[in-house]
Amino acid sequence: MLSAKLFNITTIFYMASTVAFFGYLAGRNRYVGLAGTLLAWCGFAIQGVATGLRWKESYAVGLGHIPLANLYESVVFFSWSIVLIFGIIDLKYKYRVIGAFVMPFALLGMTWAQLYLPTDISPLMPALQSNWLTYHVLTCFLGYAAFAVACGVSIMYLIKSRSESKATDAAGGLLAMFPPTKALDELNYKAIMVGFPLLTLGIITGAAWANYAWGTYWSWDPKETWSLIVWFIYAAFLHARFTKGWVGRRAAWLSVIGFAATIFCYLGVNLFLSGLHSYGSLN
Amino acid sequence: MSVNERSLVQQIWDFFCSLKLTLFLLITLAITSIIGTIIPQFPNIDDRYWGTISTTKKALYDKLGFFDMYHSWWFLALLALFAINLISCSIKRLPHVFKFVSEPATTLSEAQQKIFPSRDIKLTASLEESKERLAAFLGTEFAKPVITPVDHHYHLFAQKNPWCRLGVYVVHFSIVVIFVGAIIGTLFGYKGFAAIVEGESVNSIEGRDGKTIPLGFEVHCDQFTVSYYNAPGGEGRTPKSFKSILTISENGHVVPGYKNARLIVNEPLTYKGFTFYQSSYGQASDPTTFFFTARNRETGRMEQVALRPGEQTRLSDGREATIVDLTDNPGEGLVATLQLWGRTGEPQVFRVFKDQPTLDELRGDRLIFVFTGTDARMYTGLQVSKDPGVWVVWIGCIMMCVGLCIAFFMSHKRVWIVLSPGYARIFGNASKNQPAFMTEFEALAEKLQNQNI
Ligand code: HEM
Repeated sequence: MLSAKLFNITTIFYMASTVAFFGYLAGRNRYVGLAGTLLAWCGFAIQGVATGLRWKESYAVGLGHIPLANLYESVVFFSWSIVLIFGIIDLKYKYRVIGAFVMPFALLGMTWAQLYLPTDISPLMPALQSNWLTYHVLTCFLGYAAFAVACGVSIMYLIKSRSESKATDAAGGLLAMFPPTKALDELNYKAIMVGFPLLTLGIITGAAWANYAWGTYWSWDPKETWSLIVWFIYAAFLHARFTKGWVGRRAAWLSVIGFAATIFCYLGVNLFLSGLHSYGSLN
Repeated sequence: MSVNERSLVQQIWDFFCSLKLTLFLLITLAITSIIGTIIPQFPNIDDRYWGTISTTKKALYDKLGFFDMYHSWWFLALLALFAINLISCSIKRLPHVFKFVSEPATTLSEAQQKIFPSRDIKLTASLEESKERLAAFLGTEFAKPVITPVDHHYHLFAQKNPWCRLGVYVVHFSIVVIFVGAIIGTLFGYKGFAAIVEGESVNSIEGRDGKTIPLGFEVHCDQFTVSYYNAPGGEGRTPKSFKSILTISENGHVVPGYKNARLIVNEPLTYKGFTFYQSSYGQASDPTTFFFTARNRETGRMEQVALRPGEQTRLSDGREATIVDLTDNPGEGLVATLQLWGRTGEPQVFRVFKDQPTLDELRGDRLIFVFTGTDARMYTGLQVSKDPGVWVVWIGCIMMCVGLCIAFFMSHKRVWIVLSPGYARIFGNASKNQPAFMTEFEALAEKLQNQNI
C-alpha cells in the first residue's frame, strides 16, 4: 500500500532531521540547524499525506475508520503530533537546538511503529465505533506530544543548570548552544501550558464517551487512573512555581517524571495492566 | 481568645491555605492512585487471584482497603483534604484578587516604577493639553484611561481583560463543582445490571451491592443479534455490532416510542432517568433444533430444514438427514457435521459452517446447505444507570476548560503614563506571556513617541 511506503519515507526524514540537529549541536552551523527544521517539516507533510491515504485505504478494505484505532496508528500519530508541537515552538521561539532533544522522540516512535508493530488496518470493535474516539484520541495525543517537548526541554535544563552550578566549562562548547536556563524554564512552562488543557480535555472527552457508551463517566479503570496521575503531576508542576524552593531543577524533574508517567499511561498500562483500553494491546 | 489560641487557629488556617500542602496532596494522590491500578479492585476481582497472594498479604490489603482503594477511608480523606485546601486557599485569596480587579491601582508607586518596563516620551504641549492628547491616544490605541492627579503631575491608567485574573479561580471552583456532581451521583444515583433472555422481561435490576432495584416499568427483550465483520482481517470473528431490540411497557401498556426500540453499543436507550447500555451477551439455553436452508443446485428451489440431534429428517429429494456433531470453536464459529443418506450410494458426512454461508457450494452435491441458526435463546446483558449528578459534573468540566483557557491564554494588560511638565513615561505590565506583551508595548510606545504631544 502506498501509505505504508510514505510512512517509511517519513521515518527517513525524521531520522535525517535528528541527525541534522545533532550536527547542529556539535558544529553550530546555522544552515545545518535550518536543514533539521526543514527536514522535520517535510517529514510532517509526507506523514499528513500518508495518514490521509491510510484513512482512505481503510474504506477500500471495508473497515472505514480514522487511523487512530490500534497501537500502530496511535504511535504514528503521536510522532506526528510531537513534530507539530516542536515545529510550532520552533517557529515561535526560534530555539532550534531543542530539535536535538525532541526529534529523537518522534524518530523513536516512528521507528518502533514501522519495525515492530503490526501495521494492518484492523476492524473497530463495537465499543470504539463512535465519534468520541476521534475527539478523545486527538486531544490526548496532542497533549502527550506537548509533554514530550516539555520533557526534552527539561532534560536540556537539567544538563545546563548542572554544568552552570559546577561552573565548569568542559562541555561549554556544546552547552553554549543551549538557550539560557531561564528561557528553557519558560519554554518548559509554555509547553505544559499547551499540554495541560489538552490532557484535561482528553480526560473529559474520555469520561463523556464512557458515560455515553457505558453509563459511567469514571470507573477507576487503570488507564483512566493513570491519566489522572499524569494530570496530578502536571498540576503539581503548575503550582510548583508559586511555592518557594520548588522552581528550577525540581520543576524540571517534575516535567520529566510527568512525561515518564505519560508514557506509562500510554504504553505501560496496555502492556502491564489490564482494562477497558485493551485495543492498544500488542495482540 | 488568648494569644496562643489565636495563633493556633491561625496556624491551622495557614496550613489549610498553604501551597506546600497542595503540592503534597497532588503528589500523594498521584503516588497512592497507582496502588489500585496494580491490585485488582472490587468488584472485578477474579477468583483465581486469591490463590496468588498469601493470607497475611490478603489480610493486610483488606485492612488498608486496597481492594477498593478509591473508596477507602484514607483515599477519601485525601480527597476531602484536597477540597478543603482548595476552598480555603480561594477564600483567602479571592477577596484580594477581586479588589485588585475592581479597584485597580490607578497610580504607580515608586517601587513599581522601578520594576515595570518603561519608555520615555518628550512632550511639546502644555501639561493639560498633553494629558488630553495622551488620554485620547490611549483610548484609541489601547483602552480608555483613568486620570489621577498626583502632586504636580498626572497618572494615566488603562487596562485590558482585568477579569481574566479570575480564570484560575474558575478552574479551582470547577473542581469543587465536579466533586459536588460526583457526590450527588453517589447519593442519589444507581448503577446496576440486568440480563434479559430473548422473549422475556424484567422489572428490576441488580445493583452493584447485590440489592434489587425496582424500575417501575418492564423491559422486554424481543431479540438479540450479533453481527461480524467479513472484511479481510475480520476472519478472527471480530464482532461488528451487538444489537438488542427492546420494548418498554408500563402498567401493562407499551410506552409509545419504546416499541421494538433498538439498543446497540455506543447508542444507549433512556427511559425515566434510567439509561440502558448494551454491555454483554450470551447464550441462555442450549440449542435443541438447528435450522438450515437447502437449495437445489439445478432448480434453485429452497427448502427449510430443521434438524435435531438423534432424529432423522426426510428431505424433499427423498434422502434422510441427521446432525451428528456440533462444535463452536473460536476462529471457526459454529460448525455442524451433517450426514445424508439415500436408498442408494454411500452416506455423505460433511461440515457446514455457520459463518461461511457459501462454502457448501464447493461440495458439489445436488443440495447446497446453509446453516441459518438454532433455537438457542440468547440473553442480552445491560448496564443500567441513573445518575442525577452527571450534569453537574459536565458543567464543572466545561468551567474547567474555559477557566484553563482564560488562565493560560489570556493576559491582564496594564499601561500607565506618568506625566510631568514637558516629559512623560509610559509603563506596562502583563499577568501572562511577557514576551508577547513586550512586543505590543514597544509598538505602542514607539507610536506614542512619533506623535506630536
Ligand atoms: C488543593 C488544591 C489546590 C490549591 C490550594 C490551589 C491553589 C492555587 C493557587 C494559590 C494558585 C496561584 C494563583 C495565583 O496567584 O495566580 C493556583 C494556580 C493555578 N491552579 Fe491551583 N490549586 C489547587 C489545585 C489545582 C488543580 C487540581 C488544578 C488543575 C486544574 C489547578 C489549576 C491551577 C492553575 C491552572 C493555576 C494557574 C497556574 C499558572 O498560572 O501558572 N489547581 N492554584
